[in-house]
Amino acid sequence: MTYVKNRLRRTMMFVPGNNPAMIKDAGIYGADSIMLDLEDAVSITEKDAARMLVYNAIKTVDFGGAEIVVRINGQDTPFYDEDVKTMVKAGVDVIRLPKTESAAMIQKLVKDMEKAEEEYGVKKDSIGVMAAIESAKGVLNAPEIATSTPLMMGLAVSGEDYTADMHTHRYPDGRELEFARNMVLQAARAADVYAFDTVFSNMNDTDGFYRETKYIYELGYDGKSLVNPRQIPMVNKVFNPSKDEIENAKAVENAIREAKAKGSGVISMNGKMVDKPVVAKATRVLETAKASNLIDEEGNYIGE
Amino acid sequence: MEIKTTGVAGTLESSDIQIMISKGTDGIQIDLDSEVAKAYGDQIKKVITDTLKKYGLDNVKVKATDKGALDCVIEARTLAAAQRATETSDKPELGVL
Repeated sequence: MTYVKNRLRRTMMFVPGNNPAMIKDAGIYGADSIMLDLEDAVSITEKDAARMLVYNAIKTVDFGGAEIVVRINGQDTPFYDEDVKTMVKAGVDVIRLPKTESAAMIQKLVKDMEKAEEEYGVKKDSIGVMAAIESAKGVLNAPEIATSTPLMMGLAVSGEDYTADMHTHRYPDGRELEFARNMVLQAARAADVYAFDTVFSNMNDTDGFYRETKYIYELGYDGKSLVNPRQIPMVNKVFNPSKDEIENAKAVENAIREAKAKGSGVISMNGKMVDKPVVAKATRVLETAKASNLIDEEGNYIGE
Repeated sequence: MEIKTTGVAGTLESSDIQIMISKGTDGIQIDLDSEVAKAYGDQIKKVITDTLKKYGLDNVKVKATDKGALDCVIEARTLAAAQRATETSDKPELGVL
């Protein structure tokens, strides 16, 4: 397994790192990324055992092509050093640092990873990093965190810790997260890295989940963190382009081709000018559609 | 590697295995409790034995309660128990992995 900078990352499913039953089944739900957790989902007395279990799982379990992310313990804990070493040796795709508050924290992680890569003969720069933004300080420093290393895969907002730090808690409408969501997304886009929204933990509130997922999709997020595999098809439904969007994107591509053939610099479609952002959006729609198997090689729609 | 205390790792939940390791005198002695012992008992014991040997442990008493664990889980739990028994959990020997 090797870290790939650009790929489809609509869903990042959290899996507790000390639970063999959940780990062995994690690959069957079709999550784009699987995040094996050594941090909050593992009790303080089981950190060592979880580390061994996650190591072996990465080495042997078939996760069905999902990207494997491990959330290690924070730099202020005694587990951090061993977590980094063991996960580098395991050859995970991405290491996620919790409670990231500065570029220096990410640079320390990258340095520690390099040391471990050398020690265990793991190819340099073959593992990416991502930062979980969980505090007011982290949010304000999001721009420097996003650009702290070329190995940065993305930023994730973590709503529970952040709202605690802000002396509030989570509300159904999510207004308490507005600034953090926009700041993190802005920082991620400016640095050309991915942006992930926080988990939605009330499994009984399906409407609320769709509302929140649509909202963060419209903001421009790449994906959402999940705690339950039932949420995977729900997120995909929101993130996948519709048939109309795909047809429109194909029309844009055709218009470009036509204009090029004519040698015309200005591209028009149905009487409307097609400029650069329109082309960029169309390209992204078609790429997502292809990655999520909604169109075939020739661009024909094969979704339901 | 020296066993200093009794080390336990793993749970009794489905797909897990609980391994208890203590000092032995007569090689690696495994007492296995598993519903699939008839079909997989030898394989489970082999994974435990191989893992302990890799960690440099030759005289060990093992009590294993299996709940349908995969080989990679058996190995991980045996390693964690061995690290706890040898009091090396903070700085485990990663070379054996």
